[in-house]
Amino acid sequence: MAGVIARRARRQRAFRWTVLIVLGVFFVLPFIAMIEFSTRDSTTWPALFNWPELSERYPALAEGITASLLQAALTALLMLVLLVPTAVWVRLRLPRLRRLIEFLCLLPLTIPAIVLVVGLAPVYAWVTYFLGGSSLTLVFAYTILVLPYAYRAIDAGLSAIDVKTLAEAARSLGASWATVMWRVVLPNIRSAVLSAAFLSVALVLGEFTIASLLNRTNLQVAINFLGKSSATMSVAVSLTALLLAFVLLLLLSLLGGRRRSGSTVDTVATAAPVATKEPAA
Amino acid sequence: MAEIVADVPQRATTRSRLRGVTALLGTVPFFAYVTIFLVIPTLVVVIGAFAGSGGVTLENVKALGSSYILEAFGRSIALSLLSALIGAVLGALLAYALVTAKPDGILRRVVTAAAGVLAQFGGVTLAFAFLATIGLSGFLTVWLRDTFDVDIFSGGVWLFELPGLTLVYTYFQIPLMVIVFLPALDGIRPQWREATESLGGTTWQYWTRVAGPLLAPAFLGSFLLLFANSFSAYATAAALVSQGSPLIPLQIRGALTSEVLLGQQNVGKAMALGMVVVVSVVMALYTLLQKRTSKWLG
Repeated sequence: MAGVIARRARRQRAFRWTVLIVLGVFFVLPFIAMIEFSTRDSTTWPALFNWPELSERYPALAEGITASLLQAALTALLMLVLLVPTAVWVRLRLPRLRRLIEFLCLLPLTIPAIVLVVGLAPVYAWVTYFLGGSSLTLVFAYTILVLPYAYRAIDAGLSAIDVKTLAEAARSLGASWATVMWRVVLPNIRSAVLSAAFLSVALVLGEFTIASLLNRTNLQVAINFLGKSSATMSVAVSLTALLLAFVLLLLLSLLGGRRRSGSTVDTVATAAPVATKEPAA
Repeated sequence: MAEIVADVPQRATTRSRLRGVTALLGTVPFFAYVTIFLVIPTLVVVIGAFAGSGGVTLENVKALGSSYILEAFGRSIALSLLSALIGAVLGALLAYALVTAKPDGILRRVVTAAAGVLAQFGGVTLAFAFLATIGLSGFLTVWLRDTFDVDIFSGGVWLFELPGLTLVYTYFQIPLMVIVFLPALDGIRPQWREATESLGGTTWQYWTRVAGPLLAPAFLGSFLLLFANSFSAYATAAALVSQGSPLIPLQIRGALTSEVLLGQQNVGKAMALGMVVVVSVVMALYTLLQKRTSKWLG
């Protein structure tokens, strides 16, 4: 029996390393290729990290980068302002509405971004009429796009604490609703809020579909546009954007890992970037 | 007395109803926002698919039957099936390789974290990553040509067609499979294998009679999720394919951007509705299989 088990362990180890090496090559190769491709022209990388030169040589790219960073920050902010108070309020006062809120928040998962654009086009005609055609108006659509991921993160965070008792305790001590939100609930769901914000930023930085079809600009639109004239530069920017998103999401999963091992409650696990669809598409 | 008794609960309900109404006010911003930017766009697609210049019409939906749209749907479904199948098989193998490793080992933690990140990887950056790798002047293409005198495009440039798209899509399908299939594999208990062996079962019998049937619903469910994932992907294809509109998302782009043909806009809405129907059916089946899976491998 011991011989059988040892033989199986050996076979499993061989199988494990074969699979890992073959797939590892497949997954690492594009990164090596991007490094090689983007260093063919030695002026590419210095130009990318020299903002004045970049905005002079590639104005569209500089504009796209600025737009994307602003969109990411504003989307995270709007998502939090919209979602956190509502989720807390529903838990405290309207538990029967929870299913409806959940349904609405998860709805974007079954609506592909390309379909959402079709429906958003007339809505954005009004947005343009009232607010102008600025790329920052995309924040409205992006907040919808990140809703499923952000909702899951925040809902998991709220499930881990006893919101009702905390709120009642604070209220009975004379705290206003604003104080309850800001000084009692929010500090308790800090890591959930943080992961929701991280996910939103990562998703917005990779968004292309809505921006390109609503004729607005962001990083991905600029990269795509640049690909037609300067392939090296667009690959270099792609690589940088990717690494940035990687760092963000790895930080997020590390955050989740620490929570998981540190506390008994598993708040961030469900918020880990388990996509049910390709959000960057 | 009886009157008063009857009166009290009624007053209480009126007051609680009033409180309920004021409580509802707190959710107004959320519902207003979601109505404008999610519900209305959804309704625009659904209603627009059946709207013509003179009211309700089935013309748009009938237009879905025209050959170029049917072909685009067919190609989209073929691409999704193929990339989901390859992704599911390779992803399941990778997930199994991880399960045989130490549960809290560094290998498993690194690979799952990487899979979580790579599953999100898509769009324009992914397209450019592959252009840099196997594009016409890509790293691998040039290296193979210079070192081994092998031209990977000797049979025509397949990168911008279905085979190329399948390869590129596999890049985010495999990691996604690892994430969604790993929990099911973790649910397989070593005791089941021991029980099979103590009853005289072989490895083959264990996989075909015990583990296989247990994992089948989870595998099928994950496959469906992968299908929906690549079926709704747009950006990667849009960045790679600049000639023609072979896929349904690209057809929708064409309908959105072309203002030449009047009424084409609503055909776009009908195609969008068609996509939603496909994705919804697939996701409903997925939920069903998910329930079946949690029975044994919860």
